[in-house]
Amino acid sequence: MWQGFPIRPEQASTIARGVDHLYYFLTAVDLFFTALIFLTIFYLAIKYRRRSAETKATQVEGNLPLEVIWTIIPLGICAVTFLWGSSLFIRNSRPPEAATEIFVVGKQWMWKLQHPEGPMEINELHVPVRRPIKLTMTSEDVIHNFYVPAFRVQKDVVPGMYTSIWFEATRTGRYHFFCNQYCGTNHAVMGGYVIVMSPDDYEQWLSGGIRGESMVSAGAKLYEQLACITCHGTGKGPPFVNLFSSQVKLTDGTTVTADEAYIRESILYPSAKIVAGYQPLMPTYKGQVTEEQILQLLAYIKSLSSGGAGQPGKPTSYPPSLEGGRQGAGNQTVGGQQSPATVPVPKGP
Amino acid sequence: MDFGLFGARRRDEERKGHYEMGTAVVEPGIESRVHYLNASYGIKSWLLTTDHKRIAMLYLASITFFFFIGGAAAVLMRLNLISPQGALLEPATYNKLFSMHGIIMVFFFLIPSIPAVLGNFLVPLMIGARDLAFPRLNLLSWYVFMVGGLFTLYAVIAGGVDTGWTFYTPLSTTYANTQVISAALGVFIAGFSSILTGLNFVVTIHKMRAPGLTWFRLPLFLWAIYATSIIQILGTPVLAITLTLVALERVFHVGVFDPAVGGDPILFQHLFWFYSHPAVYIMILPSMGVISELVTAFSKKRIFGYSFIAFSSVAIAVISFLVWGHHMFVAGQSIYAGIVFSVLSFLVAIPSAVKVFNWTATLYKGSVSYQAPMLYALGFIGLFTMGGLTGLFLATLAVDAHVHGTYFVVGHFHYIMVGGAVMGYLGGIHYWWPKISGRMYPDGWARLSAAIIFIGFNLTFFPQYMLGYLGMPRRYAVYAPEFQVLNVMSSAGASILGVGYLIPLVYMVWSMRYGPVAGPNPWGAKGLEWQTPSPPPTENFEETPKVTEEAYAYGTEETQVA
Amino acid sequence: MHSSAALAEQFDDLEQQHESSSFGMWVFLATEVMFFGGLFTAYIIYRNFYLSAFEAGSRLLDVKIGAANTAVLLCSSLTMALGVRAAQLGKKKLLITFLVLTLLLGLAFIGIKLGLEWRHDYLEGFAPGVNWTFHGPDSRHLELFFCFYFFLTGIHALHMVIGAGILTVLIIMAGRGRFSPQRYNPVEVSGLYWHFVDIVWIFLYPLLYLIGGRY
Repeated sequence: MWQGFPIRPEQASTIARGVDHLYYFLTAVDLFFTALIFLTIFYLAIKYRRRSAETKATQVEGNLPLEVIWTIIPLGICAVTFLWGSSLFIRNSRPPEAATEIFVVGKQWMWKLQHPEGPMEINELHVPVRRPIKLTMTSEDVIHNFYVPAFRVQKDVVPGMYTSIWFEATRTGRYHFFCNQYCGTNHAVMGGYVIVMSPDDYEQWLSGGIRGESMVSAGAKLYEQLACITCHGTGKGPPFVNLFSSQVKLTDGTTVTADEAYIRESILYPSAKIVAGYQPLMPTYKGQVTEEQILQLLAYIKSLSSGGAGQPGKPTSYPPSLEGGRQGAGNQTVGGQQSPATVPVPKGP
Repeated sequence: MDFGLFGARRRDEERKGHYEMGTAVVEPGIESRVHYLNASYGIKSWLLTTDHKRIAMLYLASITFFFFIGGAAAVLMRLNLISPQGALLEPATYNKLFSMHGIIMVFFFLIPSIPAVLGNFLVPLMIGARDLAFPRLNLLSWYVFMVGGLFTLYAVIAGGVDTGWTFYTPLSTTYANTQVISAALGVFIAGFSSILTGLNFVVTIHKMRAPGLTWFRLPLFLWAIYATSIIQILGTPVLAITLTLVALERVFHVGVFDPAVGGDPILFQHLFWFYSHPAVYIMILPSMGVISELVTAFSKKRIFGYSFIAFSSVAIAVISFLVWGHHMFVAGQSIYAGIVFSVLSFLVAIPSAVKVFNWTATLYKGSVSYQAPMLYALGFIGLFTMGGLTGLFLATLAVDAHVHGTYFVVGHFHYIMVGGAVMGYLGGIHYWWPKISGRMYPDGWARLSAAIIFIGFNLTFFPQYMLGYLGMPRRYAVYAPEFQVLNVMSSAGASILGVGYLIPLVYMVWSMRYGPVAGPNPWGAKGLEWQTPSPPPTENFEETPKVTEEAYAYGTEETQVA
Repeated sequence: MHSSAALAEQFDDLEQQHESSSFGMWVFLATEVMFFGGLFTAYIIYRNFYLSAFEAGSRLLDVKIGAANTAVLLCSSLTMALGVRAAQLGKKKLLITFLVLTLLLGLAFIGIKLGLEWRHDYLEGFAPGVNWTFHGPDSRHLELFFCFYFFLTGIHALHMVIGAGILTVLIIMAGRGRFSPQRYNPVEVSGLYWHFVDIVWIFLYPLLYLIGGRY
């Protein structure tokens, strides 16, 4: 790169170089064919220019072999590009095992980023270098998008559902993130920085400053404060131990996976899915819990599943087949809370 | 006898002289001939006309008006973006400007432009008919278009809409407090104009071709218009129902797309893009049709690969309905769906590539001249190639994951829409201007404008590809300082581009009164439209022509230049 | 005077005019298929998401009234077809009779739908955004069902009203003797439109009323 006039952002994640290589390939293809066409046009237009009113054209109807060639070659280039791009995309979409999960809530016009260990950040995200980080995101209002150019990742942040991305930063530094889905008046200022630190600095950062509660312990508190325990702890409602990522049979005979979306829906719209063998008694908590609190309850419920530290589960927007495993437990997206000694012993039912 | 666009009385001495090309001689007495422009006078004869040529002129005036309104919004936007903090506008205002720019340019300029102006004028002429199948419906189309335009202008005046032309929910249904309903209503109504125009063309081309004019003798412009009409007919109703749902949701506060009540905002995106992707082919296919006409006329050659271009037009129309999900690769759509849409998006690029190669090959062994229409055509081919290829970047999942929503996308579609569609439109307007107005424009000025537009265009939009890859999101009223240099370049280019567009406005209007009078076929081109006087009489042809030769049958006989 | 076939200027002969007119109506109906199709697609998707709520909503609709309306529309299609036949045969009085019957049946449909069913739903508190009083479990998804019910039947009813307007114009034209065996195409294409609106109902009725899981 030529100093002072960059053509690409910094390569600050494990996938950045791969994306850039594909981009260079496409740029080469584009420039090649553009130049080819422009130069051919120049050449032909000059060579066959009308020198006088009497200049006659020689009629050439067409040429089947040529048509075939210039259909097959572009088709071939497209095939190569498609295969390269899709395989890279699939690989880039699968968070590695043991990715630290951080929860993101976007709203007009700010970002709230919640570390599982407790600290909550506004418009800033501190992460350790060389550790895979998974962001599980939702919106409180309109569709936003969390975009980190230096990491080459982005995803829409949609109200009513969870979407996720992952990245592993390869260099320390400050990297811009932006809201990349138009969301109203202050869309252009709804961004901040991802601050990548060395592992030691990160631990220091985590333990310094205002120490909030870990998400699991906050969720455990909510479990009691909101009286969930009165049913789910007494058998009146389905128990939460080993619930997350399990298969749940409903009263209508269908079976669903207890993932993030299912649990969120059950909190807000409990009558939508009734577990077989239980009565539709649960009141809705809509309007009584914020998105952050739902995420805390989720963290708590996850912590009650086998594996001790809980399994964050796969992003709910992807079908199971592409996650390389069956839905729910045992897939590659297993990860857990990374911070030492701050996960409380779950006060389970 | 009077002539001139609005029936202005002129004296013989003012007439500037005859246009000659080669050994041609202008037919005498043109001023005493009756044609569609002077056949009747007065506002009523224009506003109640059923003559497709007059309706085309009504559209020409309207879309030119909308083009400059949308362009004014763009000028303000680019001025604002000179500075990272926003040089000119509050973010709320900027947001309204980019929304209105998109809505007006897409629905009130690009989609109608070639079909409603050149299509309306030329379809009956090119097939040897007296008018379209449904002339009164044609007039109704224009009125519907104007009503839609009025609602949209009302939206602008009453405070503007700031959802973007894409109206994503729940922003547009629940959170925006701007003129969403009137803007959506304006677009909805204009959509019917598009549907009716498409319907008219399809029926006309099927049922009213002159004797001997088989499908494979049709000029490729008509194949393009036909393919476009299929998209207009089948796609626009889905947009209509989608916007209706948005409006109903806003009015009745119900939750079709609002997740707070169980609605799905992504369903809106599917429904919206199901139309809006094919819509971009409504915007480019007619322009491609024009290019086929221009390269043949200005190389004096048959088109290379006629049936390949014809079938490519239809293939593009069909495949265009299958690729909408490529706008949603990062929207929360499944990877599986992403892969399917990616494959199909690559496929839709192939017929366009085939066309580009065939046009280029048409120059081979031709007799090439460089009047303004040809300059626009050649510019189109190059710029469309570059812009179309950037589409491949966006179809590539792993790259789109980085550049989605950035200025890369903005660069891509402006290369196609402006470097492509608008240049094709201008090329067509220049080419058929003598037929439309009976006058020639000054070619020197026209070539200069084409060059200014080409330069200004590239300076405006090429930096945007770079901004996009660097990570600058689109629809940003203010931006991070590291993006400033490229933004300033882009804004500088925009000022040049603006000048380039203003010049034709001046000389075209000038030519209507002072341009040299043109004969029936100043270019010596093939095609039925050139076998009737310029401007044509209201009924187009004295007798229905009989077609005995293929399209672009250059080289079979001395082409009479008259 | 007007019963002689009026050939429009742009056409070469009556056959071309007739064919163009019919073809034009078929193309227009294709656009209507896409229009309703978008709405049907959204409905089916939501029904898939919220099956129990949509089935409950379906059960709240009155199947018998819906069936009566279906019968009314089917009869109106019959009378319309008979009207087209009468026009083909040049039988003016018969044509007018059938057109009037079709119009009356169409108005009956609109009356039943709006005056009976919609009014009932409104009074019972099942009118989203206007008068929604149901607050039981899953009420939001039930409300979504009723949104679609009102949108679908409302847009259908709008098309019926437009059809009624077209029929009125036809009746007036027939009264003035504008149709003959050589020129009855307006009746024919209006018939096509009417049949289409009927077919939309044939899809609407089962999709809204009959799949409440009660069978």
